[in-house]
Amino acid sequence: MAFTLSAEHEKIVDELIARYPTKQAACIPVLHLCQRQVGWVSPEVIDYVATRLGMAASEVMGVVTFYTMYAQHPPGKHTVWVCRTLSCELMGAKTIQEHLEHRLGCHAGQTSADGNFTLKKAECLAACGYGPMVQIDDQFYENLTVEKLDALLDRIARGETPTQEETAWYPNAAAATTSGS
Amino acid sequence: MPSYQNILSNRYTLARSWTLEVAERAGAYQQARKALTSMTPDQIKAEVKAANIRGRGGAGFPAGMKWGFLAPKKEGQEVYLVINADEGEPGTFKDRTIMEKDPHRLIEGCIIAMYAIGAHKCWIYVRCELVLSIARLEAAIREAHARGFLGARPFGKEHALDIHVHPGAGAYICGEETSLLNSLEGKRGEPRLKPPFPAVKGAFGMPTIVNNVETISAVPDVVAMGGEAWSNISLLPPEMKDGGTRLYGISGHVKRPGVYEAPVGITMRELIYDFGGGMLHPDRKLKGVIPGGSSTPVLREQDKVEAKDPKHPLNKWHGKSHLDLPMAVDTYRGIGTMLGTCCAIVMDTSVSMVEASRNLMKFYAHESCGQCTPCREGTGWLANVLDQIAAGKGKPSDVDLLVDISNNMMGNTICALADGTAMPMLAFVRKFRKEFLEAAEKGLPQSARLDEAIRSQLVRREAA
Repeated sequence: MAFTLSAEHEKIVDELIARYPTKQAACIPVLHLCQRQVGWVSPEVIDYVATRLGMAASEVMGVVTFYTMYAQHPPGKHTVWVCRTLSCELMGAKTIQEHLEHRLGCHAGQTSADGNFTLKKAECLAACGYGPMVQIDDQFYENLTVEKLDALLDRIARGETPTQEETAWYPNAAAATTSGS
Repeated sequence: MPSYQNILSNRYTLARSWTLEVAERAGAYQQARKALTSMTPDQIKAEVKAANIRGRGGAGFPAGMKWGFLAPKKEGQEVYLVINADEGEPGTFKDRTIMEKDPHRLIEGCIIAMYAIGAHKCWIYVRCELVLSIARLEAAIREAHARGFLGARPFGKEHALDIHVHPGAGAYICGEETSLLNSLEGKRGEPRLKPPFPAVKGAFGMPTIVNNVETISAVPDVVAMGGEAWSNISLLPPEMKDGGTRLYGISGHVKRPGVYEAPVGITMRELIYDFGGGMLHPDRKLKGVIPGGSSTPVLREQDKVEAKDPKHPLNKWHGKSHLDLPMAVDTYRGIGTMLGTCCAIVMDTSVSMVEASRNLMKFYAHESCGQCTPCREGTGWLANVLDQIAAGKGKPSDVDLLVDISNNMMGNTICALADGTAMPMLAFVRKFRKEFLEAAEKGLPQSARLDEAIRSQLVRREAA
């Protein structure tokens, strides 16, 4: 079935195209928009974007495969990205990762059996001072411990969306004048 | 905690600092108004040049000089400003604080810079993972439009200004400026051959200035104080041409990791012990510190500055520990490392340097765009060889293999990713050779693996 964007999103596409001198330049944000609607970049999405922006489907495919944030398979309801790079690893990213694998019963790149969570490894997410951390959908969750992570996943599984301010955001606000929230 | 004046970050602690209402009450957009209504583009450029802003994205290139390279506008040509907000260098998390806490400072900097270089359009390229940064910037741009600070006649001046946020899609390489431009154009983010440099042929084939978030965010203060006065905030002598105040980040094994503002030229010791609160575990000493993002070669406390010759620019610090040398672009170059993004990763004696380098080499292997063979193959080889060593399947000659691979990557590729991989690898092996040889012979004991050593630390900082 051919892919279509909602009327509201179609308007956003027009606005996005107007931001650039070429139509192709809207490719990355339009792909994000499509992914937001259906959860992943399906072959139909690639055809839609190619036609809409006057690109070859292979060019769009090239873009999709170059970047890590486009899902090329349908993911679970939520995607958990665990930062594995040095600053986070020094603070325990591997323990977080192992705990997630254990709890969700799947490895990085896979989805839990209940379809709730897709687990992924991420390279540095620019939260180095607040590791270990995960990104779940649109939110960063920082200064994690196994206990905090469990509580967080429980809430998300219940359908809540805790904000980063609510969780462990910038813990040393009092000490660090420049990082108070 | 040292008490340097917060200039760039002076609005961070205000409640709802990211809104126009709060930012404006605290002085936002006064400098943009001043610049557009009472200064000529050349005057602004002269102030920025006098400010000696060394690019805050990692390369440390003087911003004023970069603006000077802009090709004169030809008939029918446009000039573009592109802001590099693809913060992704491991260890680096400073630009994000500007976008989240004070997006209007960045917008104001863009307004002044666009006017100065004759641009009407600006894109801020933000990595898409920084959802909050993108949201705050988009909101800030809308607010600035509504107040007439952007649009057809900003501050009543006939110089149309338009700023858009462009999201990335997850690729470290897009922080390289020509790769970023390809990504902006809707292509794969593969770096371009230079020349032509972006200032001659950049975004959409037009002359383009690409600057880091923090660099442009400093511009309003430069206009406010005057370039020379802003430059003089730096603790370094003016002839070193490394001026102003900047954001320092610190992560890893310290008590108070975070982002702090201080003048250019504080020492690593101040950053670790005064700002960072010292080592996380009182019984563990500093083993190594990566000074400015993962591509910068690691430093040790026991290494001393070698500059006996009185004419040597670092002579003043001859014999001092590397930790006591002022942090600046040229001083750090003088000791064989780089200042990079000025965000340090601190490692204590529990860390195996084989493991630390293995972690980073996996990062580079994942992030190489694959365009150039020495980088595509080299990054993967380094990661594989380190995997073998860690697993106890290595042999002593593997240590030389690491050096050999690195040497074959340096300078043989289109962009600097390969150099940024090879340089830290070489430094790790040079400074911790014994550790690498030992691991190559015996493998790493389970206790040295980062996954084991960290378990206790999870709880430690919790308690701190």
